[in-house]
Amino acid sequence: MNKPIYGLLAEFDNPSALVNAARAARENGYRKLDAYSPFPIEELSDALHLHKNKLPLLVLMGGIVGGTLGYMLQYFVTVIYYPINIGGRPLHSWPAYIIITFEMTILFAALTAVFGLLGLCGLPMPYHPTFNVPRFALASRNRFFLCIESTDPLFDHDKTAEFLETLEPREVSEVAH
Amino acid sequence: MADEQQVIDSPADKKIIASGYTFGTVTDQIASVVLTKRTPYVVMGTFAVAMGLLLIFLLAVGILFTKGLGIWGLRGPTMWAWDITNFVWWVGIGHAGTLISAILLLLNQQWRNSINRFAEAMTIFAVACAGMFPILHLGRPWLMYWLFPYPNTMGIEPNFRSPLVWDVFAVSTYATVSVLFWYVGLLPDLATLRDRSEHRALKVGYGILAMGWRGSAKHWSVYETASLLLAGLATPLVLSVHTVVSFDFTVGIVPGWHSTFFPPYFVAGAIYSGFAMVLALAIPLRAVYGLKGLITDQHLDNAAKVMMATGLIVGYSYIMEAFSGWYSGNVYEMAAIWNRMTGPYKYHYWILITCNVIAPNALWFKKVRSSPVILFIWSIIVLVGMWLERFVIIVASLAQDNLPSSWRVFESTRWDWATYLGTIGLFLFLFMLFIRLLPMISIFEVRTLLPQAKIKEETRG
Repeated sequence: MNKPIYGLLAEFDNPSALVNAARAARENGYRKLDAYSPFPIEELSDALHLHKNKLPLLVLMGGIVGGTLGYMLQYFVTVIYYPINIGGRPLHSWPAYIIITFEMTILFAALTAVFGLLGLCGLPMPYHPTFNVPRFALASRNRFFLCIESTDPLFDHDKTAEFLETLEPREVSEVAH
Repeated sequence: MADEQQVIDSPADKKIIASGYTFGTVTDQIASVVLTKRTPYVVMGTFAVAMGLLLIFLLAVGILFTKGLGIWGLRGPTMWAWDITNFVWWVGIGHAGTLISAILLLLNQQWRNSINRFAEAMTIFAVACAGMFPILHLGRPWLMYWLFPYPNTMGIEPNFRSPLVWDVFAVSTYATVSVLFWYVGLLPDLATLRDRSEHRALKVGYGILAMGWRGSAKHWSVYETASLLLAGLATPLVLSVHTVVSFDFTVGIVPGWHSTFFPPYFVAGAIYSGFAMVLALAIPLRAVYGLKGLITDQHLDNAAKVMMATGLIVGYSYIMEAFSGWYSGNVYEMAAIWNRMTGPYKYHYWILITCNVIAPNALWFKKVRSSPVILFIWSIIVLVGMWLERFVIIVASLAQDNLPSSWRVFESTRWDWATYLGTIGLFLFLFMLFIRLLPMISIFEVRTLLPQAKIKEETRG
């Protein structure tokens, strides 16, 4: 028996082939799939059913937290901690708070977007099994890869390799752990 | 590369990328600027000049720290002069970068893909230069952290009703978000550099920065969401920043400052000067590095059109400024406007009108827009004009304000010049380092412009 591997990696030389391959793999029942491309491909996300993610919700919450904190900070300072009576004007001068509230909303939302992106992608991740395939360096240049992972219930080394060959890739390689 | 797929289709839009590029050649061309030992002599020369100016800046700041603000031309009543002029000028320049990277992304303007990276870098470095001035102008710059609310033993806090404190929040948020947006955009390209570089140290360095990006479809899908969200956040942010900068003036009651149309007028001026800086950087860059296939004449044409459109808004604002001064019926407002046109700063005023109102009209002509040399000269004219605009607004209004007994004509000193030129040095220094160390054009976004990037579906379903 072969020693356990991470998966099988098929290399394609254009995005259309990759999208079609990803779709075919889904249709054949494979679910533990990932595709690698040098630029974002809308159709690929469709093919792999990747359209929903939690980032917008996280960013919304980040924005709400930031805005609330910004407003509360100003309220606390100008009304409770360090009140200054200027000609009897109200201490709770909310129109003057709007700008900093807005800036804090944007700041927290943007920070959430960036750290949320990294978190949802599991980055930073200095090591990944796909990096073991020498040709994978081209995934950031001009090659398109489809990986069927060995954790997939349908994964069988020979059958999966045979299936990948039917997609007419340039090459199919094993991804070692 | 011999094993590249052949390009049969013509590009989606011939004008924004030259035909014949493949995923591989685009990658190699942009990455080769960074991954080579050769630096063009022009770049080395510019870097040397930038270093020289940077040294002048350090000298000027050193003397400022030891002797105090008196080395600048600041004398009552003109306590804001070159420093705030330079601050507004630099922040304004930065705005074009965010406009290109965020607003044009939301508007699906694909031509932005090949100029957004260096325009964003321009934003960050311009904001860094801008940030110098209010801090140096504090008098005791080492206490700048007092600007932020933090629990302290003095028992005092910033005044949240002051536009100057709003400015602290607006500019620091803007700087932070610009850096984040820029870094997120760089991630996939850093991975490209990691995979392309041969030297071990470079591989490790870019590898750390790339955080293990591997172009996974799962990541791209989140990445696209993040880019859109960041663009959506940066768009109102960039408009708010120059609005808040204009509040520094409009909230005061100085004649010539206290008006409601400053926010849109300032934002238009910011984009106007920012696009001028984009052109002033793009034209030499593409010539030196032979990137005319990626930064095409169409890009220059589009940028020139944006510059002209915002220039016309700025021109309209000058007319409205004079009109509302007159129409207000307020003697001080009228005197302030009249003083600008005929007083001690009349030369500044009329030069700025020439640079900002008359000059941009040349851009109506296709011939002017299609000549890089003329566009370069025009962008310098615009940058000078926009500097003078801020100078006239600030200094002419302060030097002759409500109290004639304290009037004094402002005179700049050599240290005003040294500090200003010094920040130009700082800007160029950072920018030259950037083009040498990071891809100045977004590689992955340019790949999406290629006709090969279009998906040809075999079956639907």
